[in-house]
Amino acid sequence: MASNLATWGNKLHNGEKTYPIVAQRKRWFIISAVLMLAAIGILLGKGLNLGIDFTGGAQYIIPGIENPEAGPAEEAVGNVVPNQEPRVSVLGDDSVRIQLGEISADQQMELTEELAAGYDVPVDTISFDQIGPTWGAAVGQQALQGLVIFLLLVFVVITLYFRAWRMAIAAILALIHDLLFTVGIYALIGFEVTPASVIGFLTILGYSLYDTVVVFDKVKENTQHFESQNRYTYAELANLAVNQTLVRSINTSVVALLPVASILFIGSFVLGAGTLKDISLALFIGMAVGTYSSIFVATPLEVTLRRKEPKIQKHTEKVLALREGGESDVVVNDDGEVRVGALKAGEHLGQAAQPKRKGRK
Amino acid sequence: MSKATKGARKALIVLGAIFVAMYGLLAAGVIWGTASWAPGLALDLAGGRQIILTPVLDEGASQEIDQSDLDQAVEIIRNRVDASGVAEAEITTQGNNIVVALPGNPDQSTVDLVAQSAQLQFRPVLLTGAPGATTVDEAQAEATTSPAPSEEASIEPEVDLSSTPQPSASTMSNVVTETDAAETASATDASADPSPSPSPSAVTTDSELVTPETTSAVEPVFGETDPSSFEWLTADVQSDYAALDCTDGTNYAGRSMGDPETGYVACATDFQKVAMGPVELDGNDIETATSGPRMTQQGTLTGDYEVRIQFTSEGGAKFDEISQRLMTLESPRNQFSVVLDGVVISHPQVTERIPGGEASISGNFTQESAEQLANQLKFGALPISLEVQSNQQISATLGADQLQKGLIAGLIGLGLVVIYSVIQYRALGLVTVGSLLIAGAATYGMIALLSWGIDYRLSLAGVAGLIVAIGITADSFIVYFERIRDELREGRSLTSAVDHAWRRARRTILASDAVSLLAAGTLYFLAVGGVRGFAFTLGLTTLIDVLVVFLFTHPVMILLAKTKFFGNGHKWSGLDPRSLGRESLYKGRGRVKSQSTGTGAADGSGAGSATSDGLTLAERKAAKRKAATATVATAELAQDAAETHDSTSAESDGADADGPDADASTEEKK
Repeated sequence: MASNLATWGNKLHNGEKTYPIVAQRKRWFIISAVLMLAAIGILLGKGLNLGIDFTGGAQYIIPGIENPEAGPAEEAVGNVVPNQEPRVSVLGDDSVRIQLGEISADQQMELTEELAAGYDVPVDTISFDQIGPTWGAAVGQQALQGLVIFLLLVFVVITLYFRAWRMAIAAILALIHDLLFTVGIYALIGFEVTPASVIGFLTILGYSLYDTVVVFDKVKENTQHFESQNRYTYAELANLAVNQTLVRSINTSVVALLPVASILFIGSFVLGAGTLKDISLALFIGMAVGTYSSIFVATPLEVTLRRKEPKIQKHTEKVLALREGGESDVVVNDDGEVRVGALKAGEHLGQAAQPKRKGRK
Repeated sequence: MSKATKGARKALIVLGAIFVAMYGLLAAGVIWGTASWAPGLALDLAGGRQIILTPVLDEGASQEIDQSDLDQAVEIIRNRVDASGVAEAEITTQGNNIVVALPGNPDQSTVDLVAQSAQLQFRPVLLTGAPGATTVDEAQAEATTSPAPSEEASIEPEVDLSSTPQPSASTMSNVVTETDAAETASATDASADPSPSPSPSAVTTDSELVTPETTSAVEPVFGETDPSSFEWLTADVQSDYAALDCTDGTNYAGRSMGDPETGYVACATDFQKVAMGPVELDGNDIETATSGPRMTQQGTLTGDYEVRIQFTSEGGAKFDEISQRLMTLESPRNQFSVVLDGVVISHPQVTERIPGGEASISGNFTQESAEQLANQLKFGALPISLEVQSNQQISATLGADQLQKGLIAGLIGLGLVVIYSVIQYRALGLVTVGSLLIAGAATYGMIALLSWGIDYRLSLAGVAGLIVAIGITADSFIVYFERIRDELREGRSLTSAVDHAWRRARRTILASDAVSLLAAGTLYFLAVGGVRGFAFTLGLTTLIDVLVVFLFTHPVMILLAKTKFFGNGHKWSGLDPRSLGRESLYKGRGRVKSQSTGTGAADGSGAGSATSDGLTLAERKAAKRKAATATVATAELAQDAAETHDSTSAESDGADADGPDADASTEEKK
């Protein structure tokens, strides 16, 4: 597998094998646009399943129970706060989680004791979490504020680094794409959104950008002196960059996803629920989408945005005109596509083409 | 030894030095200091109670909560928690929130104590005395004999109270009546130990005074009885006064503020015991308070500091009346006390009428003490209440469980990354593993050091950050290795490929790490709670990633490139030029490696097949011309390796069915 990937990498590197990702950008844009619209639709229609940290309420986690059943919890809640309907779920193989609406401090104490008695565990093994109704809004607002500031900073940094603000725009759009998609999946499947999930969402920002910057760096390298040659258009060179970084993108994604997947696995199947699972689930989805977007969205978007720059537009026209006139020494693949990066070999033009010494006939 | 090798050795030595310094410091901390080898754990891993409070202004309040108010609130909560005997409580502000972390499972009263809002009250002083508790009999005796002015009673340093707008020369004469006494007293005061021995109360009895004993039979009525009257020293207040022990630290925080309409007893910050009348002014009557150097009327600096209180118009009017009443009374009844959260933070005496709505407390403040009092007053003036946003109890069992499972998840993740790297990069994968181990050791050391130095606590979200960082750190190596492979594909020798790849990869790694750091920094400064722990570890590991790539991975690559195993591109080195579609067949000194041995890497992914072996260039050209079809895809780029000067880009066998190699940087060279 390894060497196959390496061989594939070789072919991608030398342009022998090229996926016309930039050329087919309309296709990717349509796919992404449909997904985005679906995500927005689901978000507006169905909404997110917000955890008690956002809605306010109380939650108990009782670990180390021999028979994790809902019965004792329902009984205890019925005794203390009869008007509340508890949501009881079994976590892993020895824990129970109980979620309730808001309760008073006294009720909370009383319930802790009832639960300890009901499950026959010491009081101090019980964890609880009591959240006021406005806390979630505050956290959400802060996350949003952080997001906006972050985007502005990123815009400045990327613009300075790549010296092209359109690249920054493309990177940020790709980032919003990832975030929206992840949140959309959360809404669709109904995963609970907790502060830990929010941490995950925010990390996606960093990761998505990281990934995009690596690809853009290659684009920048390939197109650095694009005007000084007349064989390939800007779009073709950018496409080569995407292809050349494909192997890296795949390796990076796998390596980044492996630890996340292992937390997700441990988090969901061994621990049941909680911080670890919430963070890793958001990251897992976000990183996968982030890889997709850095390949299929960011660079095509960047090309689309920059295509209209006078310098690039002029150059592209020139290249195509030369190619049309058959003056361009590019290699054409079987499928009629220009093979970017390859040169058509020259051939012997006969002795007449050789330089002659003056005075000789 | 070449320059590059020297540089690489140097870098490794620097890395070694950093490690020795880091772990040496930690070891020193463990042996001689309070450090420990294991990093401190946050509540969600160690178990405990976390309460998040947000100060909320009452509706209609015009003030704003600023950082000094938050700090003041934290200070008050810290005093209360310390007084209640809970050890190792951690109280911090995050954004506009106060996060209180209490270890273990604190009882409800401790929790209530934290969320209680602090109140500010102004009460007239009736009686001051030595801090120690007395028996009831003694108290009776003392009370009957001692509600009197005394040297000891006027020990309070902030004695000068004057109206700041001083319009006439007459108000200028507000000299501190007992400046000398006050200063000496407070000088001893400043150095006083938190539990001073009760000073002998040299109480002189003023026979003119009505003794509380006689008046306590009459119930004082709020609003009718003179607030400075001894009638307020009812039997209850007297026994409270007797029982209160101001040498006990617990009486300096979180005490009940008492009924505003009755007398009250509290400890003052100068360790006196103070009995007071009913509340005359409260926080609502104060607009704000500031501190600054005191100036005389002429505008010259006196060299000491003062605290200026600005009352609201209503409060100013009330205070005018109070000052008129107090200035005529004997000490200590000419004092008013400022009570914040059950502690008398100041009890200056009034020597003149203060009509302007602005008062100045002076005595012998230092800049800090004046600032502190002003902040306390300003905070007390805020109509603030603390709203409990989140009250979370994590049992130690659950915390330990989560930590254990988190670490297992991390190890599994690390193992998977190792396996994948080795499959992908063969021996080179081991460099990844080594780099990850170095990064892991550096991170562990830093976290242990930080938990000792700045009291950093590792939370579950932090552990998640560390695990996620495995991937991001490994990516730097992948970027670098892929670059090396790219350079090899372009036909460079390993040494030169490492050199070129490093220059390009370095830029990419720095750029992407900068973005990552930016994300971590933004999260850290803008977020609350768990997000911070996560952002912190993410930022830390990003920095360590840069360190490791520069001081370990790259130097090791330089050194490895010199070895036979890697330099000759062994099949298992992960840098086998054959599997990278390129082998330089020119072996120097005019020797060309025979193609047949160069192809056929284990998986058959060699650069080209050996079908055309043995043909000369001319023969191949002839064959080509013969077969000249319209397709250019099989165009020949190659030249005989032996004929070309550039051995690195030589390709002897162009009959590679897949076509010639394309040099990605061709256009750059033009």
